[in-house]
Amino acid sequence: MNPLLNALLVVVLALNLFVLGTSRIVTVIKVVSLQGVLLGIIPLLIEDHVGWSAVFASVGTIMLKGLVIPFMLMRAMRDVQIKREMEPLIGFLPSMLLGALATGFALLFAQALPLASEHTTPLIVPASLSTIFVGFILLTTRVKAITQIMGYLVLENGIYIFGMLLLGVIPLVVEFGVLLDLFVAIFVICIMVNHINQAFSSLDTRHLAALKE
Amino acid sequence: MFNIFIHLVLLLVMPPLLLGVINKTKALFAGRKGPPVLQLYFDLIKLARKGVVISQTTTWIFVGAPVITLVGIVMAGFLVPLGPFHAPVAFTGDLILFAYLLAIGRFFTTAAALDTGSAFEGMGAAREVTFACLSEPALFFALLVLAKMSGSLVLSDLLHAPLAVGSQGAAASLVLVAIGMFILLLAENSRIPVDDPNTHLELTMIHEVMVLDHSGPLLGLILYGASIKLFVLSAVLLHILFPFQSGSVPLDWGLFIVEMLVVAVGVGVVESVMARLQMRHVPYLLVAAILFCAFGFVLLVR
Repeated sequence: MNPLLNALLVVVLALNLFVLGTSRIVTVIKVVSLQGVLLGIIPLLIEDHVGWSAVFASVGTIMLKGLVIPFMLMRAMRDVQIKREMEPLIGFLPSMLLGALATGFALLFAQALPLASEHTTPLIVPASLSTIFVGFILLTTRVKAITQIMGYLVLENGIYIFGMLLLGVIPLVVEFGVLLDLFVAIFVICIMVNHINQAFSSLDTRHLAALKE
Repeated sequence: MFNIFIHLVLLLVMPPLLLGVINKTKALFAGRKGPPVLQLYFDLIKLARKGVVISQTTTWIFVGAPVITLVGIVMAGFLVPLGPFHAPVAFTGDLILFAYLLAIGRFFTTAAALDTGSAFEGMGAAREVTFACLSEPALFFALLVLAKMSGSLVLSDLLHAPLAVGSQGAAASLVLVAIGMFILLLAENSRIPVDDPNTHLELTMIHEVMVLDHSGPLLGLILYGASIKLFVLSAVLLHILFPFQSGSVPLDWGLFIVEMLVVAVGVGVVESVMARLQMRHVPYLLVAAILFCAFGFVLLVR
């Protein structure tokens, strides 16, 4: 087990808190893509000898999460012309504290889980649980559609970290299938964001609850 | 003996150079030529030769504060080991003294600001103290992590813990503490995301507004003290960022000076690429620093 792995996961956790604390959507996109790149490095560190499947998983993740998805989101941002999440349901400081609380909870909870012994020392399980929580917080407390996508992405990052535990056992095809699903989902959401913006001239998803006919 | 001598020389002579390097970095980013690297030394000499104007409403605190602040921070500098060497002064529990030597400087600076009776300076003092309430817990959590790691309460042993422990096992906590300490370094020295040292717009100043009434040699002492504070806190950060040791004494000192300049360039880069935060967002940053250091502690003890 590489000692760098824990350091890397801790940076991922720090980026989670940063995402919760900032209101600029461009910054959020950049931070989440940085997180994606860091996650792409994990497959190279997790096994003692680096095989082809790890390299493919790493390159695929970095390309998709670090380049393609941020590029699509930036385009969507440019089309709808918004820059900030103005009025989240829970403020930025409280949501940051909530994220910190979730991380602490994840650390405690991961200890209580009956994990295989080689999975207890690295922070993979707590990091993945906490990232999933942060994704939930973003999804539920932000009202702009585009920040909700970021919540979805962070959530997926958390699931991806959990999947790293099984890297050696599951076929590469499954990994790429997941990434492809993610790509298609973001693609569809970006189109939806454009349509929401055209229909309501705003990205506030609360308008969607008031639909009639 | 030789090491103590070098320690003193570096502590007293090098700090203004760091600010010069920061300003040069910022100038390079902005495409300007920038002031010479030694500019602060020239400023200090210039200020030392000037006269002093002292307001009639002030008391001895106004004159005493810059001196006490400077002495406090230099004493704090004696407690902090530079590079892999031991500090000139070390005893059990000196980390508490270190934190409160920083605090006493802040106390007298704010007291002097209130002493002038100026509304602006009072505002600056209020802000400084408010932010200090949040930066102090972060410092203590960071020291707690290192104390836990080394099992010692002496600053010299404690700061050498990353060197002794190595990157095995503790890397995750150290990364968190390093992030927290870097935020602390920026906040304590009123650098950009928190405060802009070049601004002279009263409504947004924090540190600069408190020293508006000081002039001549007194202002010189304040600027010199501020640069030493930057030096001391960077020296603390260096132990966490670069826990390396070459083994030979001259090489280690050289390495230390280079690392110090690297930190200064890092601060300059941060200042160039970031805008300063809105005043009401500064506490978020400081709370984040506390959280990082606290998580470092949680990771270590779990």
